[in-house]
Amino acid sequence: MANRVWAYVDQFKSQALLASWEVVFTGRKLADQLGSGLTVLVIGSHLDALAKAAIEYGADEVLLVDDPSLEDYRASPYAAALAGAVGENKLDIFLFPTTTRGREVAGMAAIDLNTGVLVDVTEIKLDGDKVTAIRPVYAGKLLSEVVCNAKPQLVTLRGRAFEKPVPDAGRTGTVTKLPTVMAEDEIKLKVTGYQAAEGGVSLTDASVIVSGGRGTSNNSAEPPAEITDESEKEIWKAQQGFILINDLASVLDGAVGASRAAVDAGYVPYVHQVGQTGKVVSPDLYIACGISGAIQHLAGMRSSKVIVAINKDPEAPIFKYARFGVVGDLYKILPPLTAAMKERLEK
Amino acid sequence: MDFNLTEEHRMVQKMVRDFTHKEVIPTIGEWDRKQEMAPHILPRMGELGILGINIPVRYGGQGFDYITLGLVCEELEYADSTLRVVMSVHMGLNSMGLLQWGTEDQKQRFLVPQAKGEKYGAFGLTEPGAGSDVANLTSTAVKDGRDYILNGEKMWISLATKAHNVLVVARTDFSLEKKSNGLTAFMVETDRDGVTVGDIHGKLGVRAGSTGWVAMQDVRIPEENRIGEEGEGFKIAMSCLDNGRYTVGAGATGLIRACLDASVKYANEREAFGRPIGNFQLIKQKIGIMKRDYDMARMLILRAGWMKNQGLRNTMETSMAKWFATDASFKAASEAIQVHGAYGFSDEYPVERFLRNSKGAVIYEGSSEVHTLLQADYALGYRKDRPLRCELPAYDPDFWQDEV
Amino acid sequence: MKIIVCVKQVPDSAAAMSVEDGKISWGDAPLVINPWDEYAVEAALRLTEAQGGDVIALSLGDENAKEAIKHALAMGCSEAILVNDPAMAGADTQAVARVLAAAIQKIGGADIVVFGKQAIDSDVGATPSMVARLLGWPAVTLVSEIVECTQSEIKASRAMEEGRQQVAAELPVVLSIVKDYGEPRYPSFMGIRKAARASVPEWTVADTGIDLPSAVVTWPNVMAPPEREVTNEIIEGSNPEEIAAKLADKIMEEKVL
Repeated sequence: MANRVWAYVDQFKSQALLASWEVVFTGRKLADQLGSGLTVLVIGSHLDALAKAAIEYGADEVLLVDDPSLEDYRASPYAAALAGAVGENKLDIFLFPTTTRGREVAGMAAIDLNTGVLVDVTEIKLDGDKVTAIRPVYAGKLLSEVVCNAKPQLVTLRGRAFEKPVPDAGRTGTVTKLPTVMAEDEIKLKVTGYQAAEGGVSLTDASVIVSGGRGTSNNSAEPPAEITDESEKEIWKAQQGFILINDLASVLDGAVGASRAAVDAGYVPYVHQVGQTGKVVSPDLYIACGISGAIQHLAGMRSSKVIVAINKDPEAPIFKYARFGVVGDLYKILPPLTAAMKERLEK
Repeated sequence: MDFNLTEEHRMVQKMVRDFTHKEVIPTIGEWDRKQEMAPHILPRMGELGILGINIPVRYGGQGFDYITLGLVCEELEYADSTLRVVMSVHMGLNSMGLLQWGTEDQKQRFLVPQAKGEKYGAFGLTEPGAGSDVANLTSTAVKDGRDYILNGEKMWISLATKAHNVLVVARTDFSLEKKSNGLTAFMVETDRDGVTVGDIHGKLGVRAGSTGWVAMQDVRIPEENRIGEEGEGFKIAMSCLDNGRYTVGAGATGLIRACLDASVKYANEREAFGRPIGNFQLIKQKIGIMKRDYDMARMLILRAGWMKNQGLRNTMETSMAKWFATDASFKAASEAIQVHGAYGFSDEYPVERFLRNSKGAVIYEGSSEVHTLLQADYALGYRKDRPLRCELPAYDPDFWQDEV
Repeated sequence: MKIIVCVKQVPDSAAAMSVEDGKISWGDAPLVINPWDEYAVEAALRLTEAQGGDVIALSLGDENAKEAIKHALAMGCSEAILVNDPAMAGADTQAVARVLAAAIQKIGGADIVVFGKQAIDSDVGATPSMVARLLGWPAVTLVSEIVECTQSEIKASRAMEEGRQQVAAELPVVLSIVKDYGEPRYPSFMGIRKAARASVPEWTVADTGIDLPSAVVTWPNVMAPPEREVTNEIIEGSNPEEIAAKLADKIMEEKVL
């Protein structure tokens, strides 16, 4: 009999995203509660190593749709492969990671399987086989209890919101390869290239984030004479602050974040933006430098475990959310802080 | 009676608000500190159409009504007074003067490029020795064939170093007993020989704007640049002030709102004796008064705008609105600093800039003293407005919006 | 080229949200066009500026949605349609997607459908891919750059966790746009006048040609997040080095590294 709980592994170049293992690990727990096995579905190419890892993280059965045409993620063939794998199986719960691909695949599956999807949930409760999930809405300004009144109940789990997965090398399970569903000439989209992101840790995976705001432009250093344009001068000044922020982030193995104000002013690219119109993050440690704490920014980071705020303005709202605050100039505090952390982490 | 703004009004408000919040407010404090006008402000106001907001489409403008102009000024001064000052001189004192008094040829030559934002306008009335006492100004314009030769110096001229066209009032007739009948208005292009301009530094407020002087030495101006008839200069200047004051009052209304918003935000954030300071009655009083004054200023301005739309003479109502709104904005800014306590005294918060900016408008375009006397004179029956040869045209949507 | 851009009305991102009697409240904050949708409108307009054609704004919502629609019109969309059906109150994402897909088919002839990345109220972000699935068109979501677009094909970069995926897709196609694409324009004054005068046709779900889809996902309860008890501690010292050392010790004590 088919398993009633399924989990989807999101991979890139045959490497699973960390959030995928959180999904498998959580799926295992739900399956145990329901007295069911756990089926893990992986779609892509060269997936054997992932199948093994999936079993270690909790899969009883791994379904691989492993084909060269699936090497690059493409919505239609992935969705078709998923629908094909589910087929006539009657499952109760299908978990996905809330990655860009996971969210999309789950959305398409909701259409194909004639059900609904609970996106980006941070908590799950089971009542029999019925899922009640909690998901943040309005960028976490509110929480919503959600249920899916059809089956399978598709749920995407927010990264880092569930228990940290622990592999068990002793686990066993079956691996089944399924045929791909769409032929190449049926697929109306081609992947023509890749441009890797600039180095550094991505915001959503990061357990530490050091962020800068508009306060970074509050720099007494003067830009080189060849910069004459006023806004270029301001950007130069602010970027000196982001160099210090980046230094601290690398010592902490963290990612660099930014407020919307800093992004809009052109100090750093949009990929760094934390907040309601950027990324919603909840790292273990969030260090806000020169960020006053606009409501949109707070919405994007206030669930971080420990918040540290460094700001010249003692009235900055960010201090209310900060476990530790330093009223001072980030240009003066960051260099010795980086040195002190380096020393303590023995780096 | 309808107190609702139209959908158009509200959309314009939001658009200008988006512009100031994205492109002005984040950096205005730094420009103010540098005492420079951010170089992108005028070109952006031009590109976006703000510099021609209430000028008919046929003259290169956007074809909106006079109320829209007021709303735009309110939004601009909410960000910084210097942006509203641009509208006061470019639009209220210069472009609207052209709309009211200019010949068709002058509208084509001056108003069209100004409304399109390709050229900037300024207004040259005040002199080092003549402010409120306009009739005693000493700049001269002497007829020479079909030209006039202008000499003199204009002082406290907003956009002096940015403007292309300055509407200058100079004396053409020295013989008349009543000095005000001897004044004539001219459009002086700042690239003419003999025109020099400069900025004034060390101002208390409007530091992120351009305020300066325009000196004229034997500047030859063709007759076609004379606005109105010889001797109409005083009337033209006064009617321009009816429009300039309208923008000043509308802007001051925005400044009151800025003070109110900053104070409310701070009063909710700042705690003293274990609770937000907004809970204290003396803070509430300051905020209550700001809110009252904002509403009153806004009502007065909307009435003046409505009268302009109807083509009704509004010298008295505009004077009232300007007088009240600017006085109230100065008080609001001062109280906003008080709400902020010591922080309000620092340029980390915008309220000290609000106070410095608010003071100028209590002085220029009719000081509060001038308006006090004006209103008393109306009440006592000592003053009556007589019809003008050219009235500001009533807002006619078809005429304004038709593309000819 | 015919482009449909889907827009939604949401409370301003600066709104402080609360729950009153089980209902979501945004106080007196204004309702605005979903900020992400402004990027979608911008992309749609730039595409037609390059290719010729019209942009139609499509929204599903009540009277309030008109603000979003008018904003899109003022930015330069040539027409707009509002699907306004009281029966859609409480609709979930798949129901919304089904109605939008039906409306898109009813409008007919679209080459490209553009969405914002997600709506800042529900934060679901699945509508674009669902609509693509329903229409059977390629979904090119999270577009950060449109490299090229012809009458038959679009080349774009997509923002993903690992970097940018470059894709080429056959039209018709569904796009969603992210902020990297470029700043949305302000509404123009001429556009504002046009928008204020535009009458927006309203359709019911039945007008789109489908039966009312039922909501599968429901939200029985909405609540404020639990107050987090944060003990604020201001680190002070006589010089930056001292402060930094104290702060570093405090961070280590939290055992989050």
